[in-house]
Amino acid sequence: MIVLRRTFSKFFASRLVGPLLYLVAFGWGLGRSIQMDGGSYLEFIVPGIIALSAMNTSFSAVGINLNMSRLYHKTLDEYLIAPISPGAFVLGKVLAGTVRGLIACLIILALAFLFGARLAANGWFFLVVLLTCFLFSALGAVAAMVVNSHEDMANFSTFVILPMSFLCGTFFSPDRLPQVFSFVIEILPLTHASYLLRAIGSGTGMPGLSLAALVLYTAVFYAGGVLAVWKVRKS
Amino acid sequence: MIEIKQLAKQYGNIQAVAGLDLIIDAGEIFGLLGPNGAGKTTTIRMLTMLTRPSGGSAFINGCEITRDLGRVKKEIGVVPQHINLDLELTARENLELHGRLHKMPGAERRRRIQELLDYVELADRAHDLAGKFSGGMKRRLMIARALMHRPGVLFLDEPTAGLDPQTRRKIWDLIRRMNGEGMTVLLTTHYIEEADALCRRVGIMDRGRLIALDTPAELKKKVGEIVVEAHKQGETEYRFFTGREQALEYAGNLTKNVTIREADLEDVFVELTGRKVGD
Repeated sequence: MIVLRRTFSKFFASRLVGPLLYLVAFGWGLGRSIQMDGGSYLEFIVPGIIALSAMNTSFSAVGINLNMSRLYHKTLDEYLIAPISPGAFVLGKVLAGTVRGLIACLIILALAFLFGARLAANGWFFLVVLLTCFLFSALGAVAAMVVNSHEDMANFSTFVILPMSFLCGTFFSPDRLPQVFSFVIEILPLTHASYLLRAIGSGTGMPGLSLAALVLYTAVFYAGGVLAVWKVRKS
Repeated sequence: MIEIKQLAKQYGNIQAVAGLDLIIDAGEIFGLLGPNGAGKTTTIRMLTMLTRPSGGSAFINGCEITRDLGRVKKEIGVVPQHINLDLELTARENLELHGRLHKMPGAERRRRIQELLDYVELADRAHDLAGKFSGGMKRRLMIARALMHRPGVLFLDEPTAGLDPQTRRKIWDLIRRMNGEGMTVLLTTHYIEEADALCRRVGIMDRGRLIALDTPAELKKKVGEIVVEAHKQGETEYRFFTGREQALEYAGNLTKNVTIREADLEDVFVELTGRKVGD
C-alpha cells in the first residue's frame, strides 16, 4: 500500500516544477544577500532556512492540494470510495509532501555549499530534514481536512505558519527575546527543527530533547490527520 | 441487487432522506428523479459510503453498507456528479491510479485499461491530460474509471448534466451497453427524457421521500395519458385525462389557446412534485 502511494506521488513530478523554480530563485536571491553579511551568519542561517523551507514547502504541498481536492475538485471522494484505509491515504499524501519538501531542502543545501557554507550534512542531518518535512506535511493534512474553505486555509497559514517562519530561530536565536516569548517559541516544532539542524550542521552534537519533540509532534500530527480523514468518512 | 430499508439522513433539523424503502433488481437500470434538494445525491452518497446514514440500512449484493465496507467497495462503481478526475494526469494514468487503489495486479490492470479505453472510445487519447478533454470525454473517462475494478453495481449521479445532445446519446448508449452485459445501474437525473429512454423503473423523490415508483409507462398512465395545456397571459394550466374524447371535450369548452398532447414523464414529475410546493 505504501509503495503504491509512493509511485503515485511520482506521477506528480510535473507539479514539482513550480515550487522548484520558486525555490531556486528564492535561494539564489537570499544566498547573495547572505554572502554580503559574512560567512558566520551564513552558516547560522542556512540550517534555519532549510528548516523553514521544509516547513513551508511540505505544509503547502499537502495542505493546499488536499484542501482543494476535498472542497473544490472533489477528488477526495475517489480515495474515500476506494478500498484503502485512512492511514494509508494520509501516509501517501504526507509522503508526497515530504518528497517535495526534501527536494526544496536539497536545492537550498546545494546552493548553500556553492556559497561556501560549511555544514556537516551527515545522515542525522538528512534524517532531521526528512522528519521536519514529514511533520509539516502531516500538519498540512490535518489543516486541509479540518479547515472548511480555501480562505480559511490561507488564514491558517497566516496565523500558524507565518509567525513560526519569523520567530522559530530561523534568523536569530530566540533566547534573546523576553522570557515569555522564548518560552512559547521553545514549544513550537519549527524551533526544534532549527536547533537540531544547526547543532548537527556545526558539529556540536545532537540535542536529544529537540529530536524527541520533533518525533512527538510528527506522531501527533499524523494521528490527527488519520483521525480527520476517518471522521470525514463517518459523517 | 440493491435493497434499501428505511434509509434516513438528518442534517441538523433537515431531514434530507426520510426513511427510504426501495429494492433495485439485479441487471436493472433504475432512475431516481426529483427536484433539487429532494435527497437523490444524499441517497447515492449513503449507498456509496461517502455519507453515513443516520438511520436504516442498505444492502448491495447482500453486503451491508455500514458493516461490510471492504466488500461493498469492490461491488460498486461510482460516477459522481462533479468531474473529479485528476486533471493533471493522463487518461491512462487516471485509470492506472484507480486500478492501483483497488490493488489490481499489474498485468490485469494494463489489460483492463486498454479494454476500457477502447470501450469508451478514448484509446487514441490515452496519453493526453484529462484536463484537456471535453465535458463528454471527461464523463466517459469517469465511467471507464468506475468500471476498472469490474463492479456489479454502477452509481451514476446526473451522468449527462451539461452535455450536448449528441454526447448525451453517446453516454446513454454506453449505459445501455453496460446494462446489456449484466450491470445493475442506479442513476439520478433531472432530465425526464433520460429516465424515459433508459430506465426500466423510475422512482420520484421529493423532500427526502419516494413519492412514486413504477415503470415510466405506468407512471404516465397514472397521471392521465392525455394532457390539455391551456395558455393564458404567460401562465399555463395543465389538465390530465385518461381518454382522448374527454380531453377534446374539455378543450372544446375553453376559450384560451390550448395544446393537446400525450403525457410524458415530465408531466408526471410536475404533477407529483409541483403540487406540493407551498404546502
